Amino acid sequence: MPADREVALSINGLYKVFADDGGRGLSLAVEGRSKDEIQEETGAVVGLRDINIEITRGELFVVMGLSGCGKSTLVRCINRLIEPSVGQVWLNGREITAMSDDELRDARRHDLAMVFQHFGLMPHRNVIDNVALPLEVGGVAKPERRDRAASALELVGLADWGGSMPNQLSGGMKQRVGLARGLAMETPVLLMDEPFSALDPVIRRDLQDELLALQESVQKTIVFITHDLNEAVRVGDRIAIMRDGAVVQLGAPNDVVLNPADSFVREFTQDVRLHGMVTAASIMDTGAEALAGVTDDRYVVQEDAVLDELVPAGLSATQPLQVVNRAGALVGVIPLERLARAMVSDEAAASLAAE
Amino acid sequence: MVDHPAARPDLSHRFFLQDMFSRGGPVSRDSAWAVPLILVVTGGMYLIAYFLIADEFPFNVGRDVGYRLDVWLDWLKDNLGPLFQAIKGVIVWFLISLEDMMLWFTWPASIASIALVSWLLVSFRMALFSASSLLLLATFGLWESTVETMALIIVTVTLSILIAVPLGVWASQSDRLDAVLRPILDAMQTMPSFVYLVPAIAFFSLGNTPAVLATLIYAVPPAVRLTNLGIRQLPEETLEAAESFGMSRSQMLLKVKIPLAIPTIMAGVNQTTLMALSMVVIASLVGAGGLGLDVNRALGRIEPGNGFLAGLGIVFVAIIIDRITQALTRKQQDALGSE
Repeated sequence: MPADREVALSINGLYKVFADDGGRGLSLAVEGRSKDEIQEETGAVVGLRDINIEITRGELFVVMGLSGCGKSTLVRCINRLIEPSVGQVWLNGREITAMSDDELRDARRHDLAMVFQHFGLMPHRNVIDNVALPLEVGGVAKPERRDRAASALELVGLADWGGSMPNQLSGGMKQRVGLARGLAMETPVLLMDEPFSALDPVIRRDLQDELLALQESVQKTIVFITHDLNEAVRVGDRIAIMRDGAVVQLGAPNDVVLNPADSFVREFTQDVRLHGMVTAASIMDTGAEALAGVTDDRYVVQEDAVLDELVPAGLSATQPLQVVNRAGALVGVIPLERLARAMVSDEAAASLAAE
Repeated sequence: MVDHPAARPDLSHRFFLQDMFSRGGPVSRDSAWAVPLILVVTGGMYLIAYFLIADEFPFNVGRDVGYRLDVWLDWLKDNLGPLFQAIKGVIVWFLISLEDMMLWFTWPASIASIALVSWLLVSFRMALFSASSLLLLATFGLWESTVETMALIIVTVTLSILIAVPLGVWASQSDRLDAVLRPILDAMQTMPSFVYLVPAIAFFSLGNTPAVLATLIYAVPPAVRLTNLGIRQLPEETLEAAESFGMSRSQMLLKVKIPLAIPTIMAGVNQTTLMALSMVVIASLVGAGGLGLDVNRALGRIEPGNGFLAGLGIVFVAIIIDRITQALTRKQQDALGSE
């Protein structure tokens, strides 16, 4: 996350109720009645309920939840593919929810790119024309849009595939095209609706890595939807977990995994391997006494190193590990017996980290 | 037929039944209030007719209404004569130019080029079929009739597409137009053709023009329906993606919807062609030439053998046109793949 923490995208009090009942379902939702109650009483389906999120510029923000929890509705409310019922969406100081049709089209062309689960490629256009299509729509001249599309394709490793038709590509390649199309638009915000969910696990991992590498250089504000907590933890700077249209927990990945807000979140986190989540900083001892006792400087680890990375250092060490921050300053120590305890099991690691 | 789900030959009838009984009408949505409403409306109409129009209701009204329609048709004929003459002029010009071109091209060259097209678009076997069947027709002395029939079909289908595709595109964008159009298209397809052939003669006198127009009435509906359907049934996510780029309505239509609907539109063209062919014998009753006239004449002279040969000619032309337009449809589908 960048240091300036400037808010790029802010969602305030957003509700979406699918109904043609003249707003009765909506007012019940605002009153706080449950989704089932409202559906029974009015037939209205509550899609989103009182969403309040602020997303920092350059942040990769993940929204995670089971199907039907409203995560896809949420991302579509940002670019108004779905019209929110009440509430506001602000993008860099402009209120998207108050825009006229023309302004909204303009925002979609220049500020909000989107990547879709099933790619949404145009089967009648070849790869490069697919990538260039949003630019064509936005009135970019042909030579420029070809250039931008070609360099976006290069970014995703498909430089040689511009002339192919979408149906000649594998699923993973299609999604690369989808991603390139989003990148070529050069928007500050990229919305990704389950972009990797339709792909098989190996390809999914590759694309996650690539997205992270790309994000290092492009530094976009990304809203990333997924139903897979492992994926959320892997790619996200912060994660919002949704259930029944509401956000039930919002925090950094290790925060969510290590301190699940309720039993619903805990159920997800059971499947996540904690050894890849617990950091040196979360299990270190920061007491002045412990810090004072440090003499040997051979066993230095970074504060954001995860448990898996601490193991090799721990095995050869005879003294507590020294934890340093990015600037190289000592911030804590990990006594070896503490490291050993953390390594015994996920539960032990979690309870140590929660201490 | 093409394995496009919307291209089945019984399509129009399926639609017709759906329109009548299920598609979005108020009756299917909530039949509880519809039944008393129907009773009140029919009862009201009966009473109005009984007291205001004729007390011998209902037996004398029909004749009166029919007579008034005739008067109205006469008025149209008397007052819009120049318009009808202009339409006739254009159609006849197209027909004659096309026929002249094909006859000038001579029959061996025409047959060779049709065979070549069959080969390029369909298969070598199809090329053999096209060449041998047309050659057979030529040796029977039916070449001029065949050319005349082909010209008639080409002009009719071209006009049908010019009318049907824009109308179908428009209907796909407007639910209201779609709702209005559906029963009209049903009527066009189910109204017995003689009913409009006779007034067509009144307006255009005997010849190819009333035949073309009568065929149009019958051949336009499937192309309108399939164009409309092709645009309406596009995958949601593709349209959503297009919308997310900030496409305007017209960009959406021109850059996404119409190109993606082309296989279905082509299936409509194929249907229209076959519909037009099925009308050639009836068309000959109002003065169209070609194989239809040969069939008609042979039957009139009680020469069933000659009638059969000319009928076979119609079958050959139908197969050739069907296979070629189907191949075009399939090529479009392949190009789009299964996204």
